[in-house]
Amino acid sequence: MYRSIFLGLILVHPATLALAEVHKVYQKGKSFSTQELKIKAGDSVVFHNDDDTAHNVFSSSAGTRFNLKIQNPGTKNEQKFEKPGEGDIRCAIHPSMKIKLKIEE
Amino acid sequence: MSDFPFVILALGFLSAGAGLAQGQPEVQKHMSLYNRPNAVPYPEHNAYSPAREKLGHVLFFDPRLSASDWISCATCHNPGLSWGDGLPKAKGHGMQTLARRTPTILDAAWMKSLFWDGRAETLEEQAVGPIQAAGEMALPLAEMVGKLNRIDGYKPLFAAAYPGEGISEKTVAKAIATYERAASVSTEAPFDRWIKGEKQAISSAARRGFVLFNAKAACSRCHSGWRLTDDSFHDIGVAGDDKGRGALFPDIEVNQFAFKTPTLRNVAWRAPYMHDGSEATLADVIEFYNVGGREKRASLSTLIRPLNLTEQERKELLEFLETLSSPVQKTEIPMLPK
Repeated sequence: MYRSIFLGLILVHPATLALAEVHKVYQKGKSFSTQELKIKAGDSVVFHNDDDTAHNVFSSSAGTRFNLKIQNPGTKNEQKFEKPGEGDIRCAIHPSMKIKLKIEE
Repeated sequence: MSDFPFVILALGFLSAGAGLAQGQPEVQKHMSLYNRPNAVPYPEHNAYSPAREKLGHVLFFDPRLSASDWISCATCHNPGLSWGDGLPKAKGHGMQTLARRTPTILDAAWMKSLFWDGRAETLEEQAVGPIQAAGEMALPLAEMVGKLNRIDGYKPLFAAAYPGEGISEKTVAKAIATYERAASVSTEAPFDRWIKGEKQAISSAARRGFVLFNAKAACSRCHSGWRLTDDSFHDIGVAGDDKGRGALFPDIEVNQFAFKTPTLRNVAWRAPYMHDGSEATLADVIEFYNVGGREKRASLSTLIRPLNLTEQERKELLEFLETLSSPVQKTEIPMLPK
């Protein structure tokens, strides 16, 4: 009996029901559409370049490190964030483009 | 504004498809991007006060901020040379030649990052960089603080500027940053008067140059806004092995050989050009861009391409750039504390 209750708990635990989300960030006018981004581990972010110039979205912060490389106008790239952490997302070309990223458990 | 029909016509010839030949409202919108701001921005953590500007002014001109007692901030950032030094590459401690040209601090209050490679994000962070750099002023900051503490005349200046904070690396940095923000503001140029509606403030050739700047030559893709820069980093094809911002971000290809886009205000006063002084004149710079840079590397900006400008167009572009010149803001040489 205990075994079946235990199995039932696993099946209905809220954490197992939470689905990874896909967030969207837009780049236009040499700006990001948001300056802060709070997501959960396992979520993804799609970076859309809706600008008329190329961008290069990256993070060099420990724990959130990634590099989407050169992203031409009209394109989009997805980045998945597997682990909790905090850091800055920036454009390597345009220094005023910054997002504070927080990845929660 | 009666200039607009001319501008629109010229755009129609020169920039089909470039986004500006869409009628007067679009041109007006573009021109409005060049309006000068009304006030100097100061950060909350280092608000403006006359005492802070006064202290920063004195420190900026004081050569005792160097190991040799011979180099001040103003040695390289000479207001009479548009806050540069006019040399192809800067001279530092012991007259050694440094790797890069002195960047201007003109309109520093608005810069989004400092140094050619943007390694400092604030003027406060930048201000103490050259003081302690071995090749530049070569004075360790602890020694600088000791030196300033031994000059009695500095004590009341620091007390008035930063009450209770004393003489420290931080207060020196904040005072110099305040002075730089206040003193380096460019004054109104003929171009500004034209933007404001004074029809004859710039020549017809310069007006055609403005159209080229925004359309066929596409300079405004990076040299945008009232300072004529977006502070972005690009490999524009200057030859050489200086990796610029790439040294800070070795894994980011687009940052290799990339340097900060400089302001074009008063650019005619800042020869020679590029981060290494490799282009002697503004005409050389225009030709540099006209051929799509000197060196094609994987990191070359996608914005760099041959422009196919005619000789006449290159002259008009040059004439436009010369309309960005204006006199330096009145700057006094301060008496240094004893």
